[in-house]
Amino acid sequence: MELDAGNTAWVLASSALVLLMTPGLALFYGGMVRAKSALNMMMMSMVTIGIVSVLWVIYGYKLAFGYEANSQWYGSFSLSGLGDAVGELANNGGVYPIPLLAFAGFQLMFAIITPALISGAIADRAKFFSWGVFVAIWVTLVYFPVAHWVFAFGNKVGDTVTGAGFLASRGVQDFAGGTAVHINAGAAALALAIVLGRRIGWQKSPMRPHSLPLVLLGAALLWFGWFGFNAGSALAADGVAALAFINTQVAAAGALIGWILVEKIRDGHFSSLGAASGVVAGLVAITPACAYVAPWAAVVIGLIAGAICALAVGLKYRFGFDDSLDVVGVHLVGGVIGSLAIGFFGSSAANSLGADGLFYGGGTALLGKQALGVGLVAAYSFIATLIIGFLIEKTIGFRVTSDKELGGVDLSEHAESAYEMGGILKGGR
Amino acid sequence: MKLVTAVIKPQKLDDVKAALRAIGVKGITVSEVSGVGRQGGHVEVYRGAEYPIDLLQKIRFEILADTKDVQPIIDAIVKSAATGQIGDGKIWVTSVEEVVRVRTGEKGSAAI
Repeated sequence: MELDAGNTAWVLASSALVLLMTPGLALFYGGMVRAKSALNMMMMSMVTIGIVSVLWVIYGYKLAFGYEANSQWYGSFSLSGLGDAVGELANNGGVYPIPLLAFAGFQLMFAIITPALISGAIADRAKFFSWGVFVAIWVTLVYFPVAHWVFAFGNKVGDTVTGAGFLASRGVQDFAGGTAVHINAGAAALALAIVLGRRIGWQKSPMRPHSLPLVLLGAALLWFGWFGFNAGSALAADGVAALAFINTQVAAAGALIGWILVEKIRDGHFSSLGAASGVVAGLVAITPACAYVAPWAAVVIGLIAGAICALAVGLKYRFGFDDSLDVVGVHLVGGVIGSLAIGFFGSSAANSLGADGLFYGGGTALLGKQALGVGLVAAYSFIATLIIGFLIEKTIGFRVTSDKELGGVDLSEHAESAYEMGGILKGGR
Repeated sequence: MKLVTAVIKPQKLDDVKAALRAIGVKGITVSEVSGVGRQGGHVEVYRGAEYPIDLLQKIRFEILADTKDVQPIIDAIVKSAATGQIGDGKIWVTSVEEVVRVRTGEKGSAAI
């Protein structure tokens, strides 16, 4: 097979789009916390880009996408060896006419944003060094293997496939990461919120978002980057990519409307935070389904995800866990909705590589597979993260002292302040 | 000599400034303050969670005046700052022992 320039260009451009999502997430999360911890919130995302990129080049790529061990559960324990791959084409259940390095770069961006998503659950109270240690361990023990289960279709030579992932080889459909990225991050967020415990004054003193314009800017960058996330996952500039692209747009739009309608009915107002949150919830939900459903179904999935996630973010108050920025309510719940929705709305007419769900006469077979993917990833991620989190808490400590928490982690962890707010007396003239 | 202190709604800042200028008041000090009175606070809602905001933003005027000028100043502020709604604010007057102009050292009424 010859390398295709158009496909390669799209995958490279998509990779850059997906990278931009992580700084976008930093703004989305950063605006949602109080001013005294805005920089720390953003830095948790930024340092994740650094750590995961380095690990990816050393061993992460092979642990996720290697096939040499011929295992369903992990790629292979070896150096990534990307320096030797120049000129090789990507092979993931068949050869794609794009460079292996383009595929490796694209997948790296997914490995970066997944742990960054978790950081929203532990706003205002984590030791920054411990967060870095957590990211390194978590991607190694959780993300890289789970990416193998879901995204690795194996090395196909002739009719022989080696090293396909457990869920991928069973026909569980997850086009761009509803399970591997969002359920994975959401379940891990729940575990870490439990490990670190509630913030001082949670539910007593107001913890208002300090800058909703930053939140909206972040949501806009996430939305923009998500076209690379979903449409880029076609690994080609073709009709499937276009389907994923349009579905991404309309699902986000549907969820925006769904979320703010719930707010209007429940709270009396359409809020800007609700609009931004709805967009992200819709993007999360359509991620696994974007190439398997018709655009009308994407709208429905978006509306449902927006409305349900708007209700789900209240669960933390009922159960008493301080998932500060609602990673569970948006990413876990949205990921589950989207992954299961394929079992209902999946259509082989929309995409010949897809399967028919319940509404298209496919019966419950696909829904069952989807439930397997949802359950396995959620359970593994939650339990593994709980263990990793408690080990870090018991050894180097995960939470800052109460003095530092009250004074703000920007000051204690970074010796910086996000804004000069003191006026003349503090030299702000 | 008296100090007139007035706490008013932020949106009335320009009206009160104009009203004071119209009656010939030359010196004012304005600061942004927070407080609560009979109006109470308000409630903001983020992702369905209600946050009561009990301290409201207000504007505080401080005006030094000769005793004879106090009543017109009070009248001007009341007229320009009132909306008729709860939360319009308060005005109070205190006696001042001495006033000194820093540039010249003038004292008393001459320094106002």
